[in-house]
Amino acid sequence: MANVSDRPDAGIPPAEVPDLPLPHPHTWWGRYVFSQDAKYIAIQYSGTAIAIGLVGLVLSWLMRLQLGFPGIFDFITPEAYYQFITMHGMIMVIYLLTAIFLGGFGNYLIPLMVGARDMVFPFVNMLSYWIYLLAVLVLVASFFVPGGPTGAGWTLYPPQAILSGTPGGQGAGIILMLVSLILFIIGFTMGGLNYVVTVLQARTRGMTLMRMPLTVWGIFTATVMALLAFPALFVACVMMLFDRLLGTSFFMPALVELGETLSYGGGSPIVFQHLFWFFGHPEVYIVALPAFGIVSDLISVHARKNIFGYRMMVWAIVIIGALSFIVWAHHMYVSGMHPYFGFFFATTTLIIAVPTAIKVYNWVLTLWKGDIHLTLPMLFAIAFIVTFANGGLTGLFLGNVVVDVPLSDTMFVVAHFHMVMGVAPILVIFGAIYHWYPKMTGRMLNEAMGQIHFWVTFIGAYAIFFPMHYVGLVGVPRRYPEIDASFITTPVAGLNAFISVAALVVGAAQVLFLFNLLWSLRAGRAAGPNPWRACSLEWQTPDTPPVHGNWGKDLPVVYRWAYDYSVPGAPEDFIAQNDPGPRIEKDVPL
Amino acid sequence: MIVALILLLLVLGSVIFHLVSPWWWTPIASNWAYIDSTLVVTFWITGIVFAAVVLFLAYCVYRFRHQPGRKADYEPENKRLEVWLTVATSIGVAAMLAPGLIVWKQFVTVPSEATEVEVVGQQWSWSYRLPGADGKLGASGVNWISADNPLGVSPHDSNGADDVIVEGGDLHLPIGKPVKVVLRSVDVLHDFYVPEFRAKMDMVPGTVTYFWFTPIRTGEFEVLCAELCGTGHAFMRSYVQVQEQAEYDAWLGEQVTFASLQRPRPVRVAAEP
Repeated sequence: MANVSDRPDAGIPPAEVPDLPLPHPHTWWGRYVFSQDAKYIAIQYSGTAIAIGLVGLVLSWLMRLQLGFPGIFDFITPEAYYQFITMHGMIMVIYLLTAIFLGGFGNYLIPLMVGARDMVFPFVNMLSYWIYLLAVLVLVASFFVPGGPTGAGWTLYPPQAILSGTPGGQGAGIILMLVSLILFIIGFTMGGLNYVVTVLQARTRGMTLMRMPLTVWGIFTATVMALLAFPALFVACVMMLFDRLLGTSFFMPALVELGETLSYGGGSPIVFQHLFWFFGHPEVYIVALPAFGIVSDLISVHARKNIFGYRMMVWAIVIIGALSFIVWAHHMYVSGMHPYFGFFFATTTLIIAVPTAIKVYNWVLTLWKGDIHLTLPMLFAIAFIVTFANGGLTGLFLGNVVVDVPLSDTMFVVAHFHMVMGVAPILVIFGAIYHWYPKMTGRMLNEAMGQIHFWVTFIGAYAIFFPMHYVGLVGVPRRYPEIDASFITTPVAGLNAFISVAALVVGAAQVLFLFNLLWSLRAGRAAGPNPWRACSLEWQTPDTPPVHGNWGKDLPVVYRWAYDYSVPGAPEDFIAQNDPGPRIEKDVPL
Repeated sequence: MIVALILLLLVLGSVIFHLVSPWWWTPIASNWAYIDSTLVVTFWITGIVFAAVVLFLAYCVYRFRHQPGRKADYEPENKRLEVWLTVATSIGVAAMLAPGLIVWKQFVTVPSEATEVEVVGQQWSWSYRLPGADGKLGASGVNWISADNPLGVSPHDSNGADDVIVEGGDLHLPIGKPVKVVLRSVDVLHDFYVPEFRAKMDMVPGTVTYFWFTPIRTGEFEVLCAELCGTGHAFMRSYVQVQEQAEYDAWLGEQVTFASLQRPRPVRVAAEP
């Protein structure tokens, strides 16, 4: 008992990285354009991602117009339709979802949540955004070149991706697509290294790994995965670019195109698919894990209850991340790869369902005996659980190799992946924006507009994608601009028209959301520093919105995990992470 | 209250849609009824889990909604419950995986008595090749493709001479005989897809893929392409005619062989002007 000090932080070891001076801007350009503040970069990333996401949304309207009302819109030729689906898919998966979760939420929340002043390499972080912007501009440019953008499908399978039978295959479309992806990966790597090093090295005193909010765990694990998975896409893009421009044959066997023997020979199209999906499957979780993390925090805060089974949740994130690298070929059951691969990949794929199911149980069990405030973030979190459970369960059809055979390449697949990695993560993005907008701007988003936005988006999206499974079950293949075939005994035209109307309505509701974002900037109710009375560090900043450097003179010291809600005996129903506060009897051994 | 009610309606609506919707798979025409049953098992297990999760969610939202004076419980972990849920989930997953893998074993094991039939895809049409009297398909490759030899059958392989070539027509198959469908593409990826047969497989240029099935009812079944192959993808169609053996034999007798396509034709000389 000799060394007991009066200071509450006496037992906490010092931070690994000492407090370093930040590169404060001295010019208008440095402050507002080439900013090195992670929070500003986050807003730049999110703004750009939402802008290009709107393009993706309009493309989805166009393709739904064609599917719902075939033959009415003359300008939607098969070429145009394939260009729409290709660009829609690529924009939504890479340039919107990946960019907004990692570049947007990652940049904003990691330094604040781990108690750092900024990312560890602010200059590289800034470059990351500008290269991302360049990648987006190159992508957009492909709409304006002769022949238009590529129509190879978002999977860009060779040989068709670089041949003349596909829109943009022999024009500049496919070249710009590949160059844009290469740029995106370079930019992402710069940001990604930052996120990983910041989480590992720049956490404040007392912020052990097992005290980090699950949001940080989700973004951190997703970033590590992205750093391992994107190189596979990178090399695939470079090799395909060589095949297209230099006449190499990495993915090109000897082939005869429309009667003409081409000079390719010896390559394998299936190798591209392996590279693509070695990236592509982890990519699903690169989008899903940040959503898992964020939704855990939303549920916990708004149910005023600690997340149930925190350690299990962390391990589930890590295990899902690791397993997702050995399931990629479940996208290739009917690709012509050796059929015995099916046994292995079906088994690994169904195993990954177990940690995923545990996460769903723990979210629901967090609500059990909670004090559920049905705020907008909570509503979006509930909608996430419903759509994610639905989309995750249909994954068990497609992962189970033999059940996949009749369903693969049908609209069932389209419905499944939209529900699980389109709708579900986007609902989390909305919930997260409603949750953190007060910290970012100091004002609350308008509740009435938010309620309309929520209900139209949730019910509408479910009405789009739930019936779409049945279009696929009938046997309608994906990537058909119209379907007219003898096997269809019950016409699907009415169902398709219904889905299209729902898609138009859901899209329109997003305009209201964007209006709310701008309107509340001025007219929103003042939020104060911690409107949700949350425990995690980002709500404890001395300024709202936080200024460059986040923490004023001294970095915060962390005494507890991020989930001390409704602690028995505590005066309030939350204890902030940097509150030395009362000792807790029933504490988790963290 | 309203939220819980809407979640309840969502589950009810989904179940009712599933039960009464007229959109269901097309009547099967092959031996792969096992695939359908595995799919139905999966529907039941996942459907029950989905309903259970969302109904529990709805109950929580109703029962534990915020009211003045309510305070949440404090329970960070519950090992027993977590282990119990993990084990139950693993059992459910195994119950779907095990039959799936058993049926997959059948799917990838081609019976020795199966007859080979070749399907060749190109932008944007289907061609077929059947073994002749020798029961063997001759070797093939894109290097041999020419106007007289659209499928690239090797002129050096004697097995190929009696191969039956069907270009632009329908594929005919006898009922009840297992078929190994050998798949080739001369240009890009395609996928031979007949919804009634349930089975499908990509066709990959530069390699030969396959699957097998046994047709179990006669009739005309439409062939679609299920792997994006360019602008004509949706319009790449053909038919499979499943026939009784006698009808099939009659059809086979009318078809041209590879050798007859190759036979030198008399050169016609234009008349002097």
